[in-house]
Amino acid sequence: MPLRREVAIISAGATQFGEHWDKGLKDLVWEVGVKAVEEAGISGRDIEYIVFGNMSGGMFEGQEHVGALVADFLGLNPIPATRVEAACASGGVAFFHGYMAVASGMYDLVVVGGVEKMTDVEPGRATEILSAAMDYEWEAYFGTTFPGVYALMARRYMHEYGLKPETLAKVAVKNHYHGSLNPLAHFRNRITEEDVLSSPIVADPLRRNDCCPVSDGAACLILAPLDVARKYTDTPIVVKAVAQASDTLSLLERRDICTLDATVNAARRAFARAKLERGDVDLVEVHDCFTIAEILALEDLGFCAKGEAYKLYEEGQTYVGGKIPVNTDGGLKAGGHAVGATGVKQIVEIVRQLRGEAEGGRQVDGAEVGLAHNVGGSGATAVVTLLSRR
Amino acid sequence: MSASGVPRHWRSMRERYRLLGTYCENCNSTFFPPRKICPRCRRRGRTKQVEFSGRGRVFSYTVINVGSETFEEYTPYVVGLVELEEGPRVMSQIVECKPEDVRIGMEVEACFRKLFEQKDGGIISYGFKFRPVDNSWADYYKKLSAERRAEAAESTK
Amino acid sequence: MIVGIVGYGAYIPRLRIKIADIARVWGHDADSYRVGLGIEEKAVPSLDEDTTTIAVEAARNAMKRAREVGPKEVGAVFVGSESHPYAVKPTAATVAEALGLTPNLTAVDTEFACKAATTAMQACLGLVKAGYIGYGISIGADTAQGAPGDALEYTAAAGGAAYVIGSGDGVIGEIEGTHSYTKDVPDFWRRDGAPYPRHAGRFTGEPAYFEHVISCTKALLEKLGTTPGDYDYVVFHQPNSKFPLRAARTLGFEESKLRAGLIVGRIGNTYSGSSLLGLAAVLDVARPGERVLLTSYGSGAGSDSFSIRVTDAIDSKRELAPPVMYYVERCEFIDYSTYARHRKLFRER
Repeated sequence: MPLRREVAIISAGATQFGEHWDKGLKDLVWEVGVKAVEEAGISGRDIEYIVFGNMSGGMFEGQEHVGALVADFLGLNPIPATRVEAACASGGVAFFHGYMAVASGMYDLVVVGGVEKMTDVEPGRATEILSAAMDYEWEAYFGTTFPGVYALMARRYMHEYGLKPETLAKVAVKNHYHGSLNPLAHFRNRITEEDVLSSPIVADPLRRNDCCPVSDGAACLILAPLDVARKYTDTPIVVKAVAQASDTLSLLERRDICTLDATVNAARRAFARAKLERGDVDLVEVHDCFTIAEILALEDLGFCAKGEAYKLYEEGQTYVGGKIPVNTDGGLKAGGHAVGATGVKQIVEIVRQLRGEAEGGRQVDGAEVGLAHNVGGSGATAVVTLLSRR
Repeated sequence: MSASGVPRHWRSMRERYRLLGTYCENCNSTFFPPRKICPRCRRRGRTKQVEFSGRGRVFSYTVINVGSETFEEYTPYVVGLVELEEGPRVMSQIVECKPEDVRIGMEVEACFRKLFEQKDGGIISYGFKFRPVDNSWADYYKKLSAERRAEAAESTK
Repeated sequence: MIVGIVGYGAYIPRLRIKIADIARVWGHDADSYRVGLGIEEKAVPSLDEDTTTIAVEAARNAMKRAREVGPKEVGAVFVGSESHPYAVKPTAATVAEALGLTPNLTAVDTEFACKAATTAMQACLGLVKAGYIGYGISIGADTAQGAPGDALEYTAAAGGAAYVIGSGDGVIGEIEGTHSYTKDVPDFWRRDGAPYPRHAGRFTGEPAYFEHVISCTKALLEKLGTTPGDYDYVVFHQPNSKFPLRAARTLGFEESKLRAGLIVGRIGNTYSGSSLLGLAAVLDVARPGERVLLTSYGSGAGSDSFSIRVTDAIDSKRELAPPVMYYVERCEFIDYSTYARHRKLFRER
C-alpha cells in the first residue's frame, strides 16, 4: 500500500534521564516540548497534532488523560493530542502513529513524544506497576516480576545455546561505556565485567547490573513532510520505514521463548518497505531492558543468526567504531528507561548520529542509516524504525 | 470497608485452584490460559473445559530475589515456566525444593498453596504451584509388605 | 448398611524445627523438654501454607483413596481447626471449590479445640446414615501457634488428615459406634483477637485430658460391649508422647497397640489433625478384620470415641496415596530465626 508522501524528522530532543525529584510529568513535558519547537524554529500554532507515549501516568502518579496534559501544559490547546500506551513500546508506537498521520496526508507538522515519571513510588510498587506489562492474570499474579520474565528467557537461552554470564556482562559494560560519553544518560559511570558479575541477583541469572533502572524523563520529535522539511532544518532525517508487530501477551504461548517473533516480523516488514539490507545499517538502538534482551534483539533483527550474537561481544564489535555499534547513547541500561519516552529517545539518538551531532566521542563516523528497536513487555509489541540521512 | 479488586481475584479462581484449561474438539488442541473461543478455529471451534493432571516438566525457571510489593515477604522464591504433560505451559512458583536444585526438564506436579494476602486485612489468594515429583512414597508400602511377610514367616516357624 | 471410612488422606508440611533448638534460644533445659514431652521435632508450615492448603492436600489424598466417589457425589465438607485463616469466611468453601465439589453441597467450619474434626466426622456419619448425603468429607487441619518461650511453643505444630465417610462396598473402616463426652473445663483457651492461646499448666492433665479421654473411651466400650483386648490398635489425641501412653495404661490397653498411631514425637501436636493423623498411620498398616479404638480430645473440654473395624477393601485402596510415614520422614530442618520469620513472630512493619 503506497504512502501519500515521505516523512522527515525536523527536530529532536530529550531531557536527561534519571531521578528528577524536582520535576513532575508536566515539567518533563514542558522541558522537552519547548526545546523541540524552538529547534525547529516554528511557532506552537503551526503544530497540527500531538502523539505522546506514556505507559502509566495513572499507576505512578494517579494521572491519566496524559494527551490532554501534554497539549495543555505546552500551551497548545486546541490542538488534538493522543496518549499511546504499549507498555515499554509506548514511545515507538507513538512514533508510528505520528508517522502515519503525516504520511497519510492528514497532518503536516506533528509532535511525537514520550514521557514517564517513575521515581515517586517505592521500588516494590514500581516493580508491581511494571508487571502490568506482562499478563497480569497468569504471570504477575503468581509472583513473576518483569526481570523474572526476562530471566526465564535468559535461563532457557543459556540452556539451548550455552550463553555465559560473562557475555551478558559485556553488554552492560559496553552500554555503560557509551553512557559515560552521553551527557543525557542516567548513569555516567563506567563499569567492569567484575562489577556486573558481583552485583546482587535480582532474578537468577539476571543481576542488578543486567537490569535497566527506573528513570524519569521525556523525549520529543517533530515530524514534517519530507518535501517541505528543508524549510525548518538543514538536516532533515528521512523516515525510511516504520513497522509494528504483535505477539502473545505472556510467555506461556510463545512459539519460542528465546525469540521475539514480534521483532522478527517488524524488522522484516521495515526492511522490505525501506528497500534496505541489514548491511546498510550503520548503528542500532535496541531495547536492552535487560542484557539478554540486547542479545536477542541483534539476532531477531537479523544482524546475526540465532545463538550467535555472543560473537559480536567477544570481538567488541558493538562499540562505537565496531562493525555494528549498538546503543551509542548507553541504551536503556546506562541511558535510562523512562518507559513511555524510551522509544522516542532511541530515535533522538539516531537523529543526532545521522546529523553528526553526537558529542563526547561517541559519534559513529559517516553514519548514514540507523535503526531503532522498541519492545513492549516481554515481546508482545515491537516497533522497528529505519532512518537515513537521505 | 471495601477491599480492592475482589471480583478480579474471584473470576479466575476456579482455574487457579484446579488448573483448568480449554480443549477444542474441532482441532484437538488444548489451551492455557482458558479461552472463550479457540484461537485456531475461532467460530468453527467447539470448546470445553478441561482439568489438567498437574504433571509436567520445568521448561525454564528463575529465582526471584527482588519481589514486587505483593510478594516481597516471600523472597527468595522460584518461578518456573512448566510444560504440562497435556502440552500447554503455565507459569507459577516451584516449591518444596532448594532453589539451587531446580533443573530444566525436572518432573513436577501441581499442589495447592497460598499465593499472597492482601494488605490491611484483605483477602487471601490461593492457587496452583508446583513441587518436584517424588514417587518414593510407594517404597513404604513395599517395605511394609516385606515386613509383614517376614512376620508371617516367623509366626509359622 | 455398613457406614464408615471410604477414603483417608494425610498431609504434613516438610519443614521441621528441633525442640532442642527452641530450648537453646530461650535458655531452657533442652532435655527436660525433649524427654518430658517425648517430642524431638515439630512440623512447621512454609510461608505459603496454612490450614486451608493443608486441608486441600489431605482431602485430595483422601479422594484418591475413595476412588469410587465422584466429586459431585460428595454432599458435605467439614473442616475442623483452631487456626482457620479467616475468622469469618469458611475454610470448607475454599476446600470444596479446590476439590471441584461445588456447588450442590454443604460446607461447614467446625471448632472444638483439637477435636473439631472428629466432631465433624460424627456429623458426616449422621448425614450419611440418615440418607441425606451419599458421602461427606471431614478434615482436621491446623497451623498451631504457641506464644514464644511458652511451653506450648515446643509442641504446637502443623498438619492435617481427611476422611471420606460413606457406605457400601468401598468402606475400608466400618464405624461400629461412636460416643462423646463433654464438660465445661477451662484447661486451654484463646480469647477472640488474642494471638496466642493460654493454658492452665498441670490442670490440663488429670481434670481435662485424662478425665475426658478415659471416661469417653470407657463409655463407648460399655455401649458396644467390647473390652481393650478386642482392639488391635488404639489412637488417642497426642499433645505429647506421654499423655496417650498413660491413658492407654489406665484403660488397660497394651502399650504395643499404641505404637503404630503415635507419631507426635516426630511432628509435634497437630491439634485438629492430631488423632486423625494417628488413625491414618494405623490405617496405613492395619489388616482386614483388625479393630481400632480412636479417642480424640478437645480442650474446653470434650472427647469423641470411635470403634472402627478394618474391612477387606483396605488392601486395594491403601496404596493409592502416600502413607503418613512418608510425610513424617520427608523433612528439612530450619533454625529458630527462619522459624520466627515463618511464624511471623516479628512485629509487622
